[in-house]
Amino acid sequence: MNEKYETHEHDVLIIGAGGAGLRAAVEALNQGASVGVVCKSLLGKAHTVMAEGGIAAAMANVDAGDNWRTHFCDTMRGGKFLNNWRMAQLHAQEAPDRVRELEQWGALFDRTESGDIMQRAFGGHSFKRLCHVGDRTGLEMIRTLQDRGVSMGIDVYMECTVTRLLKDGDRIAGAFGYWREQGRFVLFKAKSIVIATGGIGKAWKITSNSWEYTGDGMALAYEAGAELMDMEFVQFHPTGMVWPPGVQGILVTEAVRGEGGILRNRLGERFMEKYDPKKMELSTRDVVARSIYTEVREGRGTEHGGAYLDISHKPADYVKRKLPGMYHQFKELADVDITSGPMEVGPTCHYVMGGIRVDAESTQASIPGLFAAGEAAAGLHGANRLGGNSLSDLLVFGRRAGAAAAKHAKETATPTLDAAQVEEAAREILAPFERRDGEGPYEIHRELENTLQSLVGIYRNEEDLNRALTEIERLNERASRVRVEGSRLFNPGWHLARDLKSMLTVAECVTRCALARKESRGAHSRLDFPEYDAAWGKKNNIIVRDGAGMTLRQIPVREMPEELQQLLADQK
Amino acid sequence: MAESPTVQLSDRFGATQRRDFWWLQPLAVAIGLGLFAIYATLRAFQGHFYEWGPYLSPFYSPLIDPEHHWWPLSPAVLVLGGPLGFRTTCYYYRKAYYRAFFLDPAACAVGEARHNYGGETKFPLILQNVHRYFFYLSFVFLISLWYDAVRGFIWSGHFGAGVGSFILLINVALLTTYTLSCHSCRHMVGGNVDCYSCAKFGGARLSLWRRVTSLNEHHMLIAWTSLFFVAFTDLYVMLTAMGTIRDLRLF
Amino acid sequence: MAEAVLAVFRGTREGGTPVDYRVPIAPGMVVLDALHYIQGHLAPDLAVRWNCKAGRCGSCSAEVNGRPRLTCKTRLDSLPTDKTITVAPMKTFPLIKDLVTDVSWNYQVNKKIPAFSPRPGTDWKMSQADVDRAQEFRKCIECFLCQDVCHVLRDHQKQEHYAGPRFFVRVAGLEMHPLDNLSRIKSIKDQMGIGFCNITKCCTEVCPESIHITDNAIIPLKERVVDQFYDPLVWIARKFRRSGGT
Repeated sequence: MNEKYETHEHDVLIIGAGGAGLRAAVEALNQGASVGVVCKSLLGKAHTVMAEGGIAAAMANVDAGDNWRTHFCDTMRGGKFLNNWRMAQLHAQEAPDRVRELEQWGALFDRTESGDIMQRAFGGHSFKRLCHVGDRTGLEMIRTLQDRGVSMGIDVYMECTVTRLLKDGDRIAGAFGYWREQGRFVLFKAKSIVIATGGIGKAWKITSNSWEYTGDGMALAYEAGAELMDMEFVQFHPTGMVWPPGVQGILVTEAVRGEGGILRNRLGERFMEKYDPKKMELSTRDVVARSIYTEVREGRGTEHGGAYLDISHKPADYVKRKLPGMYHQFKELADVDITSGPMEVGPTCHYVMGGIRVDAESTQASIPGLFAAGEAAAGLHGANRLGGNSLSDLLVFGRRAGAAAAKHAKETATPTLDAAQVEEAAREILAPFERRDGEGPYEIHRELENTLQSLVGIYRNEEDLNRALTEIERLNERASRVRVEGSRLFNPGWHLARDLKSMLTVAECVTRCALARKESRGAHSRLDFPEYDAAWGKKNNIIVRDGAGMTLRQIPVREMPEELQQLLADQK
Repeated sequence: MAESPTVQLSDRFGATQRRDFWWLQPLAVAIGLGLFAIYATLRAFQGHFYEWGPYLSPFYSPLIDPEHHWWPLSPAVLVLGGPLGFRTTCYYYRKAYYRAFFLDPAACAVGEARHNYGGETKFPLILQNVHRYFFYLSFVFLISLWYDAVRGFIWSGHFGAGVGSFILLINVALLTTYTLSCHSCRHMVGGNVDCYSCAKFGGARLSLWRRVTSLNEHHMLIAWTSLFFVAFTDLYVMLTAMGTIRDLRLF
Repeated sequence: MAEAVLAVFRGTREGGTPVDYRVPIAPGMVVLDALHYIQGHLAPDLAVRWNCKAGRCGSCSAEVNGRPRLTCKTRLDSLPTDKTITVAPMKTFPLIKDLVTDVSWNYQVNKKIPAFSPRPGTDWKMSQADVDRAQEFRKCIECFLCQDVCHVLRDHQKQEHYAGPRFFVRVAGLEMHPLDNLSRIKSIKDQMGIGFCNITKCCTEVCPESIHITDNAIIPLKERVVDQFYDPLVWIARKFRRSGGT
């Protein structure tokens, strides 16, 4: 039936070639599965390359007192106890081995005097815990995984967008997509699918995320009937560039603060003394982001509406060696020499803690055969993620996803693809070419970015969120009539038209969850409910598709076993 | 949205969209190297005016059979090959003359004339791989030149110095720096080690490699300075020998 | 507001031509910003590859005023905006559309490089001094600008015999890895064709990560090839050492 389209068959299909996707691919190959990896960009360009600070793993190379228990407690506390405790436990326990594995595959981390992997301090971590390579840890990680995967012979489908997951009854059967280069359609038949598509930040105006971060994986899973969880928790990184306008939002690594950087307002006050006198600049990201935001709102911001971040009190050589990327980024893009003067920084949309609800051990979503890992999955980070925990997340749960997906494939019969679903997917993706009138996708995207930026930002309230919902509905309606000019050959307008659909879906999820959670917790701050609410502290928001609409419900946070509760009490 | 009349880059020589004066650098190199080559050839074959007082022109060092007992031509011709070979096979000069004379490429992202390119894989250019032998050989010349430089301070058995003594000294210092900053030297002193903390004398080789590396970063600059100065030294000796200028005796 | 005029190449393998676009200049604007402006306002189907827009992923390579550059790091105020700015796709790779080229050849070359293979029984201790050199090579963001500018590929089309600067950088990182146990020298000479490089250094000039490709990767590899294949002294020394050792 499907001779019509180019078709590839794999045991395990992985969507996304960042850290989680590649680590999953390596593991599934290890288990003897046939693996295909689909990615929207070229291999090695995924957003993982932008991760700068390091991989959090309690290896105790620098601070001998560190161990997985402390890492676990830090993660739970950072996430304000909304985390899936089992994920936090597995993550803390397995991260050191995952880092060692990278080294055994050729990664070259910075070294301590005694020849071990160097670790640095980071916000919310009790010890020096982040294994790093200057400020380009993500690049090292992705290149290592890429080389490992390539040497094992993974099949990579580069510049290919998946637009729909296909099901055989209740279970996963494959995926439909198109080649971005030529615009031709492609079908994948797979027993297991791992979603490793990262986050949703491109729906905000000021963001550290690239065009790829459009929430595709979450939207695909949602469309297929999987549950999404905790979508209200969107992390605003405290330090993005604010000037010049073209670079607004580009990440300024937390490593600057990890290496001793100091935040000041226009008046020269070290304002973190007011907000978190104990941890100061190394407080968690939600706190620092809100502090900078508040300083600016109350009129103590810098010329371009940010705060000063200063590392120039450290020797210039040291700054250039530990933060070479930042040095060049500011020198080339903003004419600022960070070894002699401060940077201007402000919050930027960075990460979503929420995502596809998964089982902690296997990363399986609520659809048999569908797995998710990395930023696309929810649970590990709770209400707020600690810096450095994302890279370790990718490794720990990427590996688990790969293993579980391979195992599932072994135990499952080959699914059949349903021609009707395929035709529907093909029809949908071609529709924008057939419309005679209607607007292009760029303006709708711009308006979505502005809407989320101003109404679903760091601080939220009921009125804004309701307005945002109305606005998203209106944009959804416009997007359903979007028109694309030109041919199917590498046509960014057409690509955006598809990505826009994903962004609108996740934007609605975020807004609905944010509206429901009537409290402030972690990255979710409600001006109309500024305090913690004990009842909400025991609930996760779940979103699932119900016909054409979204249904929202709450489930209780999974109860922690006695010994872990004790651990948290002891380490207070 | 007017359409410009230009078409996509063609493959002929010099085709480029570069707007800067990309031809300036290869031209300057061609002139510089060309002038040196002409001057050095003339002087080497001249066979006169290469000595004055305690000074010997570096082109003629080591001085062999100046009395023409068995060698009829200029004594410089006998020793020319060493320094010439060292510089010709030098990684920097290779870049310089491949660009300036072979136009292969004349400058980056500037089109080349089509030809059967073999790089350094075929005779004769595969011989560039002998660079390290010229490096070894260059020490013979350096010893001879240092001997000459010391001799330049000995006036009829007594210590003394003229301006020329210092010129000779600076010349040999520059040539020594040029030799030590060589890529082959960098490789041999420690570049060939993968793990300094595992290798024999690893620590010493690492610090040596680092030192040579810091010189090597300026290899181009040192190459030009020493080239210019060796010609200048020869010119100085020639002019004093011809009596055109007088060497100033300092002490 | 001040304006810049960009002549952006538009076309496919069948042919094409530069098209002029007028773009309002904002402070600190880079060429990629201008291309995005064109996409959003003037030509929605203009094909451009990009990702991070911060010089870290190496996607947005093109030739700006004839020079291979990352468009996200090329500021308009560094160019003469009184004249038209030309933006063309990388010349060395087959064109797909507009500024997007088919760089898949690079991925095929990469596949052939034998992977890192650790020394058996190592305790994974490495000193910073030992990893410094290889860390420089691992900064590579695979923008392929070095491959684009290298005349061996660009003008002489030796793709079948020559791997290009990017992969000498990668293989140098493996060869100089303190714990790697494999020698790739023979394949560097025979398969990767290092002899085709005539060290004219254009790769080093265009590298946005300022990797000293020629001096630190290619020339040291050439020297290692000489050790193994062109230096009888080293060859004899090695014979002696081997017979002495066994």
